[in-house]
Amino acid sequence: MYEKYLEKSASFYPEYPRKSGNQSVTHYCPGCGHGIAHKYIAEALDDLKLTERTVLISPVGCSVFAYYYFDVGNLQAAHGRAPAVATGIKRINPHSIVISYQGDGDLAAIGGDEIIHAANRGERLTVFFVNNAIYGMTGGQMAPTTLVGQQTTTSPRGRNIHNEGYPIRMCELISALEAPVYVERVSLHSPGARAKARKAIRKALENQVQGKGFSFVEILAQCPTGWKVSAPDSLKWIEEKMLPYYPVQVFRDKSAEAEGWAPPDVAYSDADVLQLIELPLEDEAAPAARPKVPEQYRNPRIKIAGFGGQGVLLLGVAMAQLGMMEGYNVSWLPSYGPEMRGGTAHCHVNISDTPIGSPLVSASTVCVAFNKPSLEKFEKEMARGGLLIYNTSMIDIQPTRKDVEWLPIPASEIASQMGNIRFANMVVLGAFIQKTGLINMETAIKGLPAFIKAKKLIAENVKALENGAAFVRGELKI
Amino acid sequence: MPRELIKGNEAVVKAAILAGCQAYFGYPITPASEIAEAAAKYFPLVGRTFIQAESEIASIQMVYGAAGGGVRVMTASSGPGISLKQEGISYCAGAELPCVIADIMRGGPGLGNIAPEQSDYHQVVKGGGHGNYRCIVLAPNSAQEMCDLTIKAFDLADQYRTPVYVVTDGYIGQMMEQVNFPTAVQHPKRHDWGVHGDDATRKNLINSIYLDPDELEEHNRKLQKKYAEIERKEVLVDEYRTRDAELLVIGYGIISRILRTTVDLAREQGIKVGLLRPVTLWPFPAKRIQKLCERVQAIQVVELSNGQMVEDVRLAVEGRKPVKFYGRMGGSVPSAQELLGVIRKL
Repeated sequence: MYEKYLEKSASFYPEYPRKSGNQSVTHYCPGCGHGIAHKYIAEALDDLKLTERTVLISPVGCSVFAYYYFDVGNLQAAHGRAPAVATGIKRINPHSIVISYQGDGDLAAIGGDEIIHAANRGERLTVFFVNNAIYGMTGGQMAPTTLVGQQTTTSPRGRNIHNEGYPIRMCELISALEAPVYVERVSLHSPGARAKARKAIRKALENQVQGKGFSFVEILAQCPTGWKVSAPDSLKWIEEKMLPYYPVQVFRDKSAEAEGWAPPDVAYSDADVLQLIELPLEDEAAPAARPKVPEQYRNPRIKIAGFGGQGVLLLGVAMAQLGMMEGYNVSWLPSYGPEMRGGTAHCHVNISDTPIGSPLVSASTVCVAFNKPSLEKFEKEMARGGLLIYNTSMIDIQPTRKDVEWLPIPASEIASQMGNIRFANMVVLGAFIQKTGLINMETAIKGLPAFIKAKKLIAENVKALENGAAFVRGELKI
Repeated sequence: MPRELIKGNEAVVKAAILAGCQAYFGYPITPASEIAEAAAKYFPLVGRTFIQAESEIASIQMVYGAAGGGVRVMTASSGPGISLKQEGISYCAGAELPCVIADIMRGGPGLGNIAPEQSDYHQVVKGGGHGNYRCIVLAPNSAQEMCDLTIKAFDLADQYRTPVYVVTDGYIGQMMEQVNFPTAVQHPKRHDWGVHGDDATRKNLINSIYLDPDELEEHNRKLQKKYAEIERKEVLVDEYRTRDAELLVIGYGIISRILRTTVDLAREQGIKVGLLRPVTLWPFPAKRIQKLCERVQAIQVVELSNGQMVEDVRLAVEGRKPVKFYGRMGGSVPSAQELLGVIRKL
């Protein structure tokens, strides 16, 4: 007659169906610390009733096979990337309990970036960091936490501070950040230490249950195989070699005062989504009949150029937007490369009755030059019979091409007289519309808010359009 | 139908939201940054997740994590960033996780420059990361296709449980054109195979490690079978004036747009040339090229690279017809006239 008092945690599989080979034993070496750490985690999941909603991120290293044992949802991660993987799944499953379980090479070397930034974002994760001062899985190479003088297969003469630097203290690093809620280092070397480890593991999980933010528990664990000592001696090894360098203590505990948080769960209708991403729900009204466009202005290939800040790119967008509203095929391509960071800017615009092949404009049929360098550069590449619009306010020379039509306009002066030189581009747009008849003025006025985002400037931009058109009609004198 | 004059890069983001993409994880890089910026603006507004990751490496691993949860997820970058993401893309392929990766190609190698190139072809089409895997690669050549093919990318990724690239160049990403967006809004859903953090999916395991050689070979064979099915069913190709063509030009992305104009110019001069544009770079339209080989006398491939896709064209043609290559590198984009000169030499 037996009564069973000790049994395996329900968060573990009774046997290990995810494991190939012998499914009743673990793959860990005798005396390894991982078994104890696993056990404390599994028991905490049982007691806190978290098993069903827990997601474990299995790392690379000896615990790569943690998924063999824990009967929970599981993602196996690349070396060092567990905190990023954990971030990904926690953000889309905020209700779940996500545990990133990592060793020292994984977390503190190849994954140094991922752990620091997950901690710094205050991800609502629980990270268990098993520090045994060695790469166990790959056969005993040096870890970032390997102690000074410790011999490993890649520090055969012992870790030398001049070659390898000092062992890294992760708790100290992480507790220098603002966001983490709870950071503690514990050890598995004695019954008393283990009791504290068990408690810390629970606290780190409870924090996540309450949505309190990033919790980090470093566990100093024995690796008798990697250290080449017996299992009992490995406990002494922690005590004598690791504890002096890695103090066991609480580095940060804001658990009590940290407020729980979870992202709001809001349902969005189709109409909400379309509106919020700024897609119009209704078809726009069919465009009004276009004015008759003289042959030479049809299907223009437009090049617009000037100094950065003269509204060159915006003028191109405006032409394309209005062309689209009139039912043409359109394209707008900005100048590309270092020049967009200052100096001259230019863009390519096509407005066409037929689908647009190359969006690049090489032989322009309309060229708009806002300043002298632009005139000199782009006049040359115009197609014969094209329309050259140039800003005489900023250009004190005459064009050289006699085989193109000239449209000189003091755009900057017209704009300045309106009180803002920045309206020069809309003055030119008005002139272009008046000259070519490609676009209805009503369409332009209606379409203005699509590219002039500041509502209070709409009326003045309309006036600039009208002034540009009036200048071409000869009704505005400067 | 909602219509907007919009940059290709921004169209990707609105399309992703309409496709029910739950999360975007990315890192800024020119000329792909408008994607991250638009995602940062719009994703949170509709209850989706946006995170600017600490690195390209972390961003693709966040994608891996969210994809493991069984939702639609994406990232975007450009050449140097895609190089860094290759680790995670290999893991996604190995663990059979669907995700969408936009690559707005720039000049290389190394830091190169931010002007358009098509020199990521090898790294996206041929695998890029370690292991025996393929990614579906869609190559839009307009803002409209940046929308349409992004939505298709999510569908293909889900259907085959595999990473899908949307690959284009800085020009197509930065250019504004009219896009007609679908009115159908897909809301985020979760696949049953994902780890949802609940009892129903507790047994699910997202994994790419198979220690036993036989098991890993079996897993690889399963992947290859899937890739063979994709090659049979998912080839997309676009043709222009190939019906009576005696010469064939092949190009994708911005080059296909320029070649379209070149074809018109050449036809005006009586040169019977047609354009074939692979819309899927993988699976590659090898069969269609072979078919056209029966009729055309010569093939001209044009790329913004040292000649990467041309290798696949030559594999398809198998020496039946001469295959010529013309490439520009470093961000110089040829004009339609320049390419007309190339065709006239054929």
